[in-house]
This record gives sequence, structure tokens and C-alpha cells, in this order.
Amino acid sequence: MSEIAQKVKQIIVDKLGVEESEVTREASFTNDLGADSLDTVELIMEFEKEFNISIPDDQAENISTVGQAVDYLEANVNK
Amino acid sequence: MQLKRAVITGLGALTPLGNTVQDYWQGLAGGVSGAGPITKFDAEKFKTKFACEVRGFDAGQFMDRKEARKMDLFTQYGIAVAQQAFEDANIDLGKINLDRAGVIWGSGIGGLTTFQNEVADFAKGDGTPRFNPFFIPKMIADICAGLISMRWGLRGPNYATVSACASSTHALIDAFNTIRLGKADIIITGGSEAAVTEAGIGGFNAMKALSERNDDPKTASRPFDKDRDGFVLGEGAGALVVEEYEHAKKRGAKIYAEIIGGGMSADAYHMTAPHPEGLGVIAVMKNALEDAGISPEEVDYVNVHGTSTPLGDVGEARAIQRVFGEHAYKLNISSTKSMTGHLLGAAGAIESIASILAMQHNLVPPTINHFESDEALDPKLNFTFNEAQAREVKVALSNTFGFGGHNASIIFRKVED
Repeated sequence: MSEIAQKVKQIIVDKLGVEESEVTREASFTNDLGADSLDTVELIMEFEKEFNISIPDDQAENISTVGQAVDYLEANVNK
Repeated sequence: MQLKRAVITGLGALTPLGNTVQDYWQGLAGGVSGAGPITKFDAEKFKTKFACEVRGFDAGQFMDRKEARKMDLFTQYGIAVAQQAFEDANIDLGKINLDRAGVIWGSGIGGLTTFQNEVADFAKGDGTPRFNPFFIPKMIADICAGLISMRWGLRGPNYATVSACASSTHALIDAFNTIRLGKADIIITGGSEAAVTEAGIGGFNAMKALSERNDDPKTASRPFDKDRDGFVLGEGAGALVVEEYEHAKKRGAKIYAEIIGGGMSADAYHMTAPHPEGLGVIAVMKNALEDAGISPEEVDYVNVHGTSTPLGDVGEARAIQRVFGEHAYKLNISSTKSMTGHLLGAAGAIESIASILAMQHNLVPPTINHFESDEALDPKLNFTFNEAQAREVKVALSNTFGFGGHNASIIFRKVED
């Protein structure tokens, strides 16, 4: 697992209060991990803070699963 | 229209004297001070470095971590005492009509920690707004009422009362009115406050409202003592289950007391200073007595607002004499804030609980920290100084007054079977 994926997982576990084993690539924030609309906004903000990037709203709307978050961040975070 | 009777069937308390109703009462009866050095932040640079804090509170006892993270401390306190009160009232949620069960909850300020932290983070940044999506819903003063309803599925009347230090007495009076008008069977009411923060202490310090007796915090809250120098900030919460009398009887609930009257008034004078002739305070006690339909002579105990400020304490004592006349000398008067500090919007709730427990135990909790008499006060008044006094308490009145000039008084009576 990449460093980014590891950090994403940790943020999700911390913010949503779920078990690490539940945070699979396919898991949807709202359908599988119990997030509501505010939780989702908060997660995106945490990703922005952790990786020091800005995720535009129109792109944030396409991030609804763990895998989508990891893929987006791996493509956009300066390594 | 025939008014219904409203009784108290459950209590919950989280206070600087203890985190259950039993521990709270032990502290009150024993004359214990809840004051100590501030632990919630580094108060080194503040004029006041002590407060009456809640100790050993574990939100995890009452909610999971995920829920707790979305609540300001004032809401966590509220949920905790609501749960205690529900358990104490032995309410079976499957057997009550949830459309007729509501929540009326007081908080003077709401989520001050949340507000302070979010705004501080913004100020530290480069001007880009990065507010947390939970900032507003965590901070607003009504959120505790909302979250209590969500947790127990209570779909009856639901809102918050905000009148600074009178907030939870207003909540109790509204709960009383809702029940006696037949608009609900059960109202969970009370209040919670968690303002021991940099903004809270700093703000009240700037008003010169707080005691600065840093060398001896435990004697700092000394209502009616000659050398009182301001109030001691407290925090915590109190919850009371107010229930329609027949509803309570039918399910065999234990009944602590009946609410028989509520009074409300305004000073219409100054943002923070009490009216020099106590007009609003006289009016509020008279209103409460009239609403209860009792004569002043029937009152045994007055739990005063008595915050330990130079002006407020004298004004209230004089107002009591104006309202009660000669009977004022036969009253037991006490300020439990001498022990708990001032819980602001939760003060009315925990002081109503103190009044009800005084009835139950036939023991009036004291006004501790009395060292020297204030010649501005009539020495014939019994302020229950320093030690609890045994007395049969059949009727108790509790006063609270808030910045803004809001006054609220409530009267409880023992229920004889």
C-alpha cells in the first residue's frame, strides 16, 4: 500500500470511527462507511490539509469511495 | 381550560461537585467547594486562573467516539445528563407516545470551544476559508435539544432557551407550561454549559465579573460575604424529566416534586448591572408566587441567584425582603454557587435539582465561605452560612438572573401521596 493510501485510510478511520478492515478500495463513504454529507465534506478537507493541496468542488464530487480518493491524491499530490 | 399538573420524575447532573445526582448532593450537603486551578487550558496569563470544572468526564460512557467528535463539550454534557435523567425516570421508550415527548434545553452560550477554535484557525491562515462543516451545527445553542431528540426519538416540542444565566430556568418554566397546557406528556429539560475556555475566562475577566482570588480558589465564591469579588465560572449540566401528573401516576413513576409556578421578568435597565432598586427581581418572585397561587409565607427555602458579585447579592437580598416581608426572616436562603461556581445557562437546572433534593432530604444546602458579615445585608436573614441546616422543605423557590436583565424564578412543592 502506498504512503498516500495508508494516510487516507488513517484519516477515514479517525474521522468516521470505522475499523481499518472496513476501509477497502471499493468502500463508499456514504453507503458503506456511514458518512453523511457533512462527514464527506470534512473528509475532503482533511485530505486537503494532510496533503497540502486544494481539491476543487467539481472534482471533490467525484470522490465517493476510498479508491477514488487514493487515485485522485496519487495523481495530484506532488511527490 | 383545566390546567394539568407537572411533576419531576427524573434527574441527571454533571457538576463540579460530582458527575451523578448522588455525588452532587453529597457535595452540596457537605459544603464542598468545586473550585480549583484551570486544567482545560494554560491560564497563566489570565487574571483568573481557577474555575469550577467538571472532573473525570468520559464522553465514551455515554456515546461512541464518532458521535462525540461531532459534539461540542456542552452537548456532550447535555447528552450525558439526559441519559442519567431518562434512566432515573425509568421511562420505557416503547410505552410512551414519542409524539408527545419533547425537549426544551437551555444554554447561555452554546459551543464556545468550537467557535473559538474554528475562528482561531481561520485567523491563523492566509484568509482562505477552511471552516469545518460541523462548525455551525456543533456551535449553535439549540443543537443539544436537537441531538437529545434524535438519540431517543422524541418528536414533541423541541427548542432551546437562551437568556444567559437564566436560560435553563426559562427552559423549566416552558416545560412546565407545555405540560400544564396539555401539549405534551413528557418534556426533558435543563441546560448545559462548557465555557471554561480562553474566550470564556478572558471575556468574563474583561467585564470584571470574575473573582480574581487566585491564592485561594476554594474560598473565592463567597456570596453575601463582605469580601466577595465576583463569581467563579463553573461548567456542567443538569437534566429534569417534567411529566404530566396522571401520566406519571399511571406508569408508577417516582415523583420528586411538583412544579407549581414560574415567574419571568426583565430589569429593563442595563446590559450587565442589576437594577439598583431590584425592580425586575422583585417582580419575578411576585410573578412566580402569583402563578403558583401561594402566599409568600408558604415558602421554606429560596435558592438564590447569589453569584458572589458586590452589587447583585445585595440587590437580591433586599428584593427578597420586599417580596417576603417579615417572613423573609423565617426563610432558609442559600447560594449553592458558593460550592458549584456559576454554571451560566446550566445554573437554573442544577439549582432546581438542589432545591428538589433539599425537599427530599429535608436539608438545606449551605452558602459556604462566609467569613465576614456585610453591613449592607440585614443580619436577621438566614443565609444558611457554612453548614447545611436540617429543615422540612415543603416549598422551594429558585432564582436565576441573566446578563441582559432576564429574570426567571420557579417554585417546587413536595408531593404528598
